[in-house]
Amino acid sequence: MINHTIAELIDGLKAKKFTSEELTQAYLDRIAKLDPKINSFITVLSEQALNAAKASDKRRQQQTLLSPLDGIPIAQKDNFCTLDIKTSCGSKMLDNFIAPYDATTVTRFNQAGMILLGKTNMDEFAMGSSNENSYYGPVRNPWNLDCVPGGSSGGSAAAVAARLTPASTGTDTGGSIRQPAALCGISGIKPTYGRVSRYGMVAFASSLDQGGPFAVTAEDLALLLNIMAGFDEKDSTSAPQAVPDYTSDLNKDIKGLRIGLPKEYFNEGLDKNIAAAIEETIKVYETLGAKMVSIELPNSHLSVPAYYVVAPAECSSNLARYDGVRYGYRCEKPVDLNDLYSRSRGEGFGPEVKRRIMIGTYVLSSGYYDAYYLKAQKIRHLISEDFRKAFANVDVILGPTTPTPAFKIGEKVGNLISMYLSDIYTVAANLAGLPGMSIPMGFVDQLPIGLQLIGNYFSEAQLLNIGHQYQQHTTWHRQLPPVN
Amino acid sequence: MSTFSDADIKKIADLAKLLIKDDDFPLYQKNLSSILDLVQEMDLVDTSQISAMAHPFALKQSLRPDEVTEPSSDELLKIAPATEADLFLVPKVIEKEKA
Repeated sequence: MINHTIAELIDGLKAKKFTSEELTQAYLDRIAKLDPKINSFITVLSEQALNAAKASDKRRQQQTLLSPLDGIPIAQKDNFCTLDIKTSCGSKMLDNFIAPYDATTVTRFNQAGMILLGKTNMDEFAMGSSNENSYYGPVRNPWNLDCVPGGSSGGSAAAVAARLTPASTGTDTGGSIRQPAALCGISGIKPTYGRVSRYGMVAFASSLDQGGPFAVTAEDLALLLNIMAGFDEKDSTSAPQAVPDYTSDLNKDIKGLRIGLPKEYFNEGLDKNIAAAIEETIKVYETLGAKMVSIELPNSHLSVPAYYVVAPAECSSNLARYDGVRYGYRCEKPVDLNDLYSRSRGEGFGPEVKRRIMIGTYVLSSGYYDAYYLKAQKIRHLISEDFRKAFANVDVILGPTTPTPAFKIGEKVGNLISMYLSDIYTVAANLAGLPGMSIPMGFVDQLPIGLQLIGNYFSEAQLLNIGHQYQQHTTWHRQLPPVN
Repeated sequence: MSTFSDADIKKIADLAKLLIKDDDFPLYQKNLSSILDLVQEMDLVDTSQISAMAHPFALKQSLRPDEVTEPSSDELLKIAPATEADLFLVPKVIEKEKA
């Protein structure tokens, strides 16, 4: 049963082919067997999950199910706060942190009756593209254990890819859902900024951060987003727009759909095998009646530079809260208050987090604000305008999620800029606040690669429809990694 | 190419309240320079007529009445490294008056 999609598991539970307890036990067994190799979980909640599954089975007997996904297991990225359960953010700083409340996303999945299997590994404070920046060690890609799973939601993506869970959550600040989804051969969506509540989602860069789900198929993402999306009065940037039923448009005909192909996304940096896979993908969509339209996003090359000002600036401000006073790591025997702050932070944070705090502090410091931060916000405006103009002529933008397949663990550790450029096709959607999705579109050297679809604001239902239609005519998303 | 002196790194680290070991200074100098070099590609664009965008889109900030919805609880004190009588403890800040 572990090879099933969520939609199939719902049918299985309904048809009484298995109980939620049996299903949960099957995933827990698989985690126990495979996760020592993959390292995708920081915390596994065996007993709690089985108890929740038994309660779900009871509700099924009594016909008091809480939602269509009642009894389906899920894993939460370890930057979603969970009441009485460790929320580490992949950091020594929060290794001892037990949140006193649930994130809204956690509350919503709990209230839907879903079974929390555990908390997944991630790059420290969601900063990274390889999951090598975790205090709990790197996550390994189930398709090749020597390779990275992508990041920062590497544990969540690897866990779904290895079928250790049918669903997981991620957060995407510059590509942290889409890039690992691509490198692990699964589906993941970053909704429009504000669509999913950020309450209780540990902040990295607040104007870019957005939570979203991972699953095997676009259809499953729709089921999960139905629970996850919606206004939350506890998040002042939460979008008030009504939430549609994301499953209702899945089977819509895409005849006449205008798909934009930005020429900047097919430049020399793109692996030629990925470019070839995109050509095949375009053929599939043309067969389904979609029309390809060449478009330009002329400021695309500025998205990584602008991102590496905006994100570190917001990070340096957000992470000021970790001071060794109210929660988290505190250094031994501080001699004075300054020593308490600087040593707790110096010892509690890892190298990438410190790097970003340093660069963020610098660009916000007196005398440099206009040259960097203000400049980046203006560039951000230009990038948004590029998309606005493009969406006047097309319904959706199609391109690769990443320039290359998964790289080897350690390969880019010494080369910061090369690591940062692995997000070259994903960061623009965050700067503009647009929804983006990655779905599997083939393999290069036995490693999965992803197709990225970027939509207009609040067009998640359409993105899922376009993804689902592709998955009705391809089988990339049903391939299983060799890990055993 | 951007360069950072030891004093620059020390100043940024002080502002960030981040203890950086002397041995790590060269690495920070190298890393911060390479990030700034990447970022400086923005300088090639004239943005004098462009307005700054702080947020993804014109999102109306939603506000709620300023009323207590959850009582501040002992739970918050329980997760603190050091507390006493509902207070967070830190090293002494105010020095004794000199005689």
